[in-house]
Formats: sequence, structure tokens, C-alpha cells
Amino acid sequence: MKQDIILAGVGGQGILSIAFVIDSAALKEGLMVKQAEVHGMSQRGGAVQSHLRLSEERIFSDLIPKGEADLILSVEPLETLRYLDYLRPEGALISSRSPFVNIPDYPDPEKILSAISQAGRHLLIDSEELARQAGSSRTQNMVMLGAASGLLMVKKENLVEFIEILFKPRGENIVLANLKAFELGRKAAGLLAGKK
Amino acid sequence: MEKEILLGDEAVALAAIHAGLTAAYSYPGTPATEIMEYLIKVAAKTGGLKASWSVNEKVAYEEALGVSFAGKRVLVSMKHVGLNVAADPFMNSALTGTNGGLAVVVADDPSMHSSQNEQDSRYYAQFALIFCFEPSDHQEAYDMTRCAFDLSEELGIPVMVRLVTRLSHSRSSVEPGAARKENELHHGAGQDWTLLPVNARRRFKILLEKQAELVRLSEESGFNSLVLNEDDRSVGVIASGIAYNYVRENLRDIRRGPSLLKIGTYPLPQKLVETLVRHVDTVLVVEEGYPFIEKNLRGTFGLPGKILNGKLTGHLPLQGELSPEIVRAALGLKPLERLKVAEFEPAARPPQLCQGCPHADTFHALNRVLQDYPGANVFSDIGCYTLGAFPPYRAVQTCVCMGASVSMAKGGAEAGIFPSVAVIGDSTFGHSGLTPLLEAAAAKTNMTVIILDNSTVAMTGGQPSYASGESLLRMIEGLGVPKEHIRVIEPLPKNLEKNARVIQEEIDHNGISVIVAVRECLVEARKKRRSG
Repeated sequence: MKQDIILAGVGGQGILSIAFVIDSAALKEGLMVKQAEVHGMSQRGGAVQSHLRLSEERIFSDLIPKGEADLILSVEPLETLRYLDYLRPEGALISSRSPFVNIPDYPDPEKILSAISQAGRHLLIDSEELARQAGSSRTQNMVMLGAASGLLMVKKENLVEFIEILFKPRGENIVLANLKAFELGRKAAGLLAGKK
Repeated sequence: MEKEILLGDEAVALAAIHAGLTAAYSYPGTPATEIMEYLIKVAAKTGGLKASWSVNEKVAYEEALGVSFAGKRVLVSMKHVGLNVAADPFMNSALTGTNGGLAVVVADDPSMHSSQNEQDSRYYAQFALIFCFEPSDHQEAYDMTRCAFDLSEELGIPVMVRLVTRLSHSRSSVEPGAARKENELHHGAGQDWTLLPVNARRRFKILLEKQAELVRLSEESGFNSLVLNEDDRSVGVIASGIAYNYVRENLRDIRRGPSLLKIGTYPLPQKLVETLVRHVDTVLVVEEGYPFIEKNLRGTFGLPGKILNGKLTGHLPLQGELSPEIVRAALGLKPLERLKVAEFEPAARPPQLCQGCPHADTFHALNRVLQDYPGANVFSDIGCYTLGAFPPYRAVQTCVCMGASVSMAKGGAEAGIFPSVAVIGDSTFGHSGLTPLLEAAAAKTNMTVIILDNSTVAMTGGQPSYASGESLLRMIEGLGVPKEHIRVIEPLPKNLEKNARVIQEEIDHNGISVIVAVRECLVEARKKRRSG
């Protein structure tokens, strides 16, 4: 069994934090992990992505081949669209619906959402609102991780454990906000999936 | 020892520590930065190890040579273009030889994710006549780095480990080995390390005589492997470093695919290459970076009676990094089926200066003044501020290499450009801006240097700067810039008019001026606040 995930977003949105939590949970469960990420210039407010590969068998390429990704998990809707050609035909999209506008030619958000809606199995999450409910606008990444948690091949309790470990140095309030964000995302995904 | 998930860079760093490392030196540069970041973290926790950022790569390399001279093990790491800066000591260190093991870790950046070119460091290893490892994955990054130290001591030459972005910045699990102790202090032999012609000639001869042994070691290395397909002799593949992974990603069952030679060491394992070439009709070379192996094989006359495919024949692109898809096509396999979607070309989202970045305020003031000078040119340098080339600023016109802004502004001024302005960050100034400013001050060149002092190396994640604050001002004065033409501004929106006036005054001054724009990097200030 394997799972190939494209994580997407804008520099500063905490893509690598999502990756850390999934990686660590996977290692704990004895899975093989490879995760390619972006550092340096691109992190300055530009498009960032991470290729995260989990498998019970040896993983060769650090990059996911186009057509192999099982899931795109994105904290920003425009960024979601950048990686569609990585998805396998039955692949799934879990995307934030909250645009991060820092370019002058940002497209009409409705058009973006409609393009996502046409792309097979998808789930759109209002990560901005849920992060606000969790107590910090900076927790959108954990909202999205929560929303995807039901689809991941790692266990929920292990994800939660590493969210705690990741944010512990920043104090208890930050840990609680991120855990709440995770739960809100998870619940929202469950409700949305239930509606279909 | 227990498995842990590490970046490729971190796997190298951990291996160096386990190999009995005494000291490590580096200058920040993507994708090599995280090697030193990891070492500094460990050094802070455990003590003993000397791990610190150097003022530039040349200095780093020379510091490393000093450690090796003293018989201790040392690591020097840098990005590919950093080795250009360190090329002088690097080339000569192959002649001085090493006493304590010296591992040179160079991270190339094919596709130029964060670089000015995609030069391939394997050419440098070949140029210097030293041994080079090219890991394909994290475990090899660890194992090869450990071997690099042993081999450096065994052969008495520096050994290179060549990384590429996709390994440096990818995470995977590594199973470390047992740690070894540090070496004892033991001086190098002075007559070997004093490269006067009489010694250098003797040392070069010794280096040349070692070459056959290097090839033999490469041929015997367990990091290379050859699988021959006895049933199908049509095609053989030579794949090195992470390119091997892209081949295996597409050919998971190795017994059914073409004959495959995996290369992880240089000089090339000649006998293995020869065996593969003899075995097949067509050879495909898959390598990340320049067509290094391919050119070595092709020579001037090619391989008589064989077809050699690779980057030079267009089977793989000469530019940019490889990917599983690109290699798949070169292997003659049809693309994987993908999700069918409506065409939607998402608007590009290039990197940009952070909201409220001090550089933006400096650029606004500079643009305000220069709009009255159609003949002006702003020479710039390497750092976050290079993003000032993009809209909405369009404030700078060059970015070449570390420190080039100051030297190019002098050359530009001497050719007749007015105003000739240099824009350079504090750390880049410390790296390579001091020497050209020394010269420009002596020549009283009519130019204006703007040093953006945000007190950190921001682009690579906030490493310390050697040329910042009060000491930066004293350095500028010490280099011979007249005190009345060293001006300090605070780049803030409310100071726009005031700052533009200062820039105007210094452009009006017929001679050398330096304006220091002082305001801390926002990202770093935020980090400091968070960590209390």
C-alpha cells in the first residue's frame, strides 16, 4: 500500500508543518517516507509545494510522478490548480476555499472554485473561517490536515501526537488552537462527505 | 541506532558528526544551508564541536584546511556557486593534500530554484583530480559522507560529496551507524603544505600518480552496481545519483528492464562502464546536471559500433532538473494516465518581498530619486533584495554574483554611467563587498553604494551577518569612505521624503558615498519575539 500526496500553498502558510506531522506519524507506524520540499527564495510569499510519499515498500523517486498522486492537499485554492496533472484518474482534491491574494492578476475566486469542482473527487473547506473559530488565523494548515485526516493512511491519534510535539515550544495556547483547528477541519470534512 | 527522518543535508551533517568531526565551516546558500544549521544545533547542545558560519566560502574552505592540517576531521559545505568563491583553496588543496579527513560537500541546484546558474560540481572534482561521491538517497548521503572522511585520510586528498536540491531538501529515514572518536592533534608535514613551485611540482606529481588508485577504488566501491540483462542486450542504462531513482521509479522490476549501471562514485568506475557498454547496443545515460558521464563516454569520437543517448542527443533535456516523467519518456515508456481536467492556466505566484519589508521602503525612496535620471543604473547583488527587480519596484538591473554590485557600479561609473548605484545586503557586503569598496574609495569613484542592513542573512533563513550595525559603519570608514559621505537612513514609509533627500544629496556628491539603510528583517524580528 502507498499514498502519494501533493501539499500545496503559499510560502508562510505552514505547508512544511503539515508535512512534519504526517512524516512523523508515518515513521512511527513503520512506513517508508520521502518528502521533497522547497526552501530558499521560493518561500518568500511564492507558490510552495511538497511531494509527500508514504509506502510500505521502498520509495525511489523523491518527486511524485505525474499521474501517481492520490491526493492534493492544499491550503490555497489557486495553488490547488497548479498541480492537477499530478493526480491519478481516481485521485482526490482537498482544498481550502479561502484565497490568499498577493499577486495583482489573481483570478476570479469563483472561477477557481468552479475549476476545482470540475476536477473529480474534491472537498472544499472554508479554512479561514474554521481557523478563526480555532482561535488563530495561522492554523489554516491544521484545519486542512484535519480535513484530510480521514483519507490518510496514518492514524489520527499519531497525527494529533505530532501536532502537540510540533507546537509545544510555542506554548499551550498555540497547541490548543492547532488541535482545535485539526478537529474542526476533520469535522467539516466529515459533514461535507456525508452530504454527498 | 534508531532510524530518524532527516533532510538529505541533515543526513550529511549527522554522518560527519558520527565520523569524528572536529569542526565545520560554511556560508549560507540554498540548497546547502541546512547542513550547517543542523551542525550548529548539535554543537549548541553537546559542545565540543566547532560549527559556525564563515564570512564567505573561500574563508570557510581555508579554515577547513587549517583543521585538516592539524590532523582533525573537518567538513566544509556550500552551494555550487559557493565553490567558485572557494575555487582557489579548493584546487590547491588537492596538491597540499589532507592530514585530517576533509569532506567538501557541494549542493548543486539544477533548475535554479534559488540560484544564478546550474553548474555541475562533478566537473570541479574532476578538475581538481579528487574523488567524488554522488548519493542517490538519504542513507547513501549518510554512508558516503562517512566514507568520504575515511577515504580522504586514506588517499591524503579532499573528497567531495555532491548533492542536488532534490536530495538536500527531501526528507527520508536514515539508519545511522556507530559514532567514531575525534582524531588526535597531529601537524601536517610543512614541505607538503608549502606550495612553492619546488614543492608544488612534487605534490602535483604525487596527485597524478594517485589517479589510477582513485579509479580502482571507484571500481571496487559498493555504491556502484551493475545488473546485466542476459536475455535482452538491446539497451543499457547508466544512471547516477538521484537520476537512478527516477529510472527505478519507472522500472521497478529490475530483472525485467534494461541492463542498469548505477553510479555513485567518481572518477568513473571504468571497468563497470566498459562491461555495460560491451553488453548492449544502445546506452542511455541519465544524470542530474550537465552531461558529465555522457561526455566522458562520448569523448571526441563517440562509442564505435554503439548508440549513445542522453542529454547531448536530446533524449533528455540539457537544462533543468530531471523528473520521473522526463526519465520515463527517455526510457521509451508511455506516460501514466492522469486525471482529466479542463485547461486552466493558474496565474504565476513568484516569490516577493514580505509585507512591510524594509527593502521595499529603500526601493521606493531610490526610485523616487532616480526617476529624474534616465541614465541611472542600479547594480544589485544576491539576497532577498534581488526581488526588487520584479514589479512593483523594478528598482535594480543586475544580479550576478556575491559582491558584484559594488565592483560593477565602479566599472559602470568609469564607463560613464551616472548615477551609478550599488545595492547590496549587509551579509553579502561582508562576504565580497569590502574589497571592491576599498578600491572604489581609493579611486574616489563617483558612485553611490546602498547597504541594506537588516542585520541577518534573510533569504536563507536568518543566519548571522558579520557586517552589520555599528561595526559595519566603522568598516566602511576604515575602507576609506569619507565620514561625511557615510549616511544612515531608516527605511520606513514615514521617512520616504527624508530618505529620498539623503539619496539625492549623495548622488549629487561627485565621489564615493555609502548610504546604510538600517532596519531589522521583519521575519527575524518576529522569530526573536516568538522565542522570547
